[in-house]
Amino acid sequence: MNAALVNVLEAAGFVVAGFVVAAVVGMFAHWFDRKITARVQWRVGPPFFQPVYDFVKLLGKEVVIPEGASRALFLSAPLFGLAAVTVVTAMLLRTIIFPDQTFLGDLIVVIYLLTIPSQALVLGAFASANPFASIGGSREVKLMLSYELPFILAIVVAIIRTDGSIRLGEIIQAQTVVRPVVASFSGAIAFVISLLVLQAKLAKVPFDAPEAETEIMGGVYIEYSGAALALFKLTNWMMQFTVPLFLIILFLGGIDFRDSWLSVMWAVLEYLGILLFMVLIRNTNPRLRIDQVMKFFWGIVTPFGVLAVVLALLGL
Amino acid sequence: MSLKLKALTKSIWVFHLAAAPCNNCDIEILDALTPKFDLERFGIQLVGSVRHADAILVTGSMNRKSAERLKRVISQAPKPCFVIAIGNCSCSTEMFGKSYNETQPLDSVVPVDAYIMGCPPKPEAMIQGVVALIQSKLAAVKK
Repeated sequence: MNAALVNVLEAAGFVVAGFVVAAVVGMFAHWFDRKITARVQWRVGPPFFQPVYDFVKLLGKEVVIPEGASRALFLSAPLFGLAAVTVVTAMLLRTIIFPDQTFLGDLIVVIYLLTIPSQALVLGAFASANPFASIGGSREVKLMLSYELPFILAIVVAIIRTDGSIRLGEIIQAQTVVRPVVASFSGAIAFVISLLVLQAKLAKVPFDAPEAETEIMGGVYIEYSGAALALFKLTNWMMQFTVPLFLIILFLGGIDFRDSWLSVMWAVLEYLGILLFMVLIRNTNPRLRIDQVMKFFWGIVTPFGVLAVVLALLGL
Repeated sequence: MSLKLKALTKSIWVFHLAAAPCNNCDIEILDALTPKFDLERFGIQLVGSVRHADAILVTGSMNRKSAERLKRVISQAPKPCFVIAIGNCSCSTEMFGKSYNETQPLDSVVPVDAYIMGCPPKPEAMIQGVVALIQSKLAAVKK
């Protein structure tokens, strides 16, 4: 077999593995979210396989295409988001397994790919020709504008702390040699910022203005039904695995499979901790208006991001 | 088919459709969704858009105006979707039957899958009605 074929097969293997791992863990994350929410409200909560039931049910339902909608864009938008999150997960998994074989600038590719699910949501919302979806779509765009700048600043802190590398593999290796990025003053600030951005990226309360159930009835999702809705939901669940994994790589030193099993257990605990933090924020805060979200991210979070970058440059 | 139906019965997303009710049944529906009854145990969730609905809960007596709009909303739901009549008004028009605005029971407007009587029905009655609907659908497949 020639080398090119092996490379293609390996890439395909990682894409399939990325999809399966992200889908399974993402469904678990969704169940975890709902179960913890239920326990916070003193309820029993859904059974463990609830996300599977939801997904299978949605696949089996009719897909209604609304009158006046742009048919091709309406149906293809969920695929863009799903494809992007699958590729990101494949890249991150490969980075964890072979940290010394990543390509230069993969960090930047991941940052770009992570914005695609939100963009797909906006496209789908605008294509569905529904006024509520349009409001939701415009809010989603504003939300992206709000959180991307502090997110980039937080990532810049991680780059500075790991000797200016934009290779994810080198970021992981630099952290295993010295110490994780989060174990410094600037790194801790950047990590907290990225947790807030995570909340907004997944459109969870208090940053769920684009899909506000009670005011714009699901907003961006309002016209979606059946399999198309299932793909959007699956993308969101997969993001609940992929974005925390990205943060673990950037700030907490990644997962080292060649080390003892303790390292893997520790990474699982870190992931559950991030999820739990997200769910508790979601359950203890009211929804912010979109202008409040922008003020929060640009007025409070971004200055802290700049501060973290300055501190990192000073070596703190 | 059986897998689809099994998943459907484990994950019913309900859409609340108020067709000129007195608001009494609506409040009981919301009661049924509170933490005390915890319908999420059975995968039942309230959704805001009829495109996501698996079951449509209709309250109120259909009059000349609301009947047309009701038909339109129900026709927009993706199939398979069940229609459940909640309360005496939507089951039988109750005391509004001889009103000037031509009220009619829900099943003379659209096909109905389950009737839950009461003025208003208790949340327990609604849960029992939904469970009975699920069991009848599952039994119909087994035959």
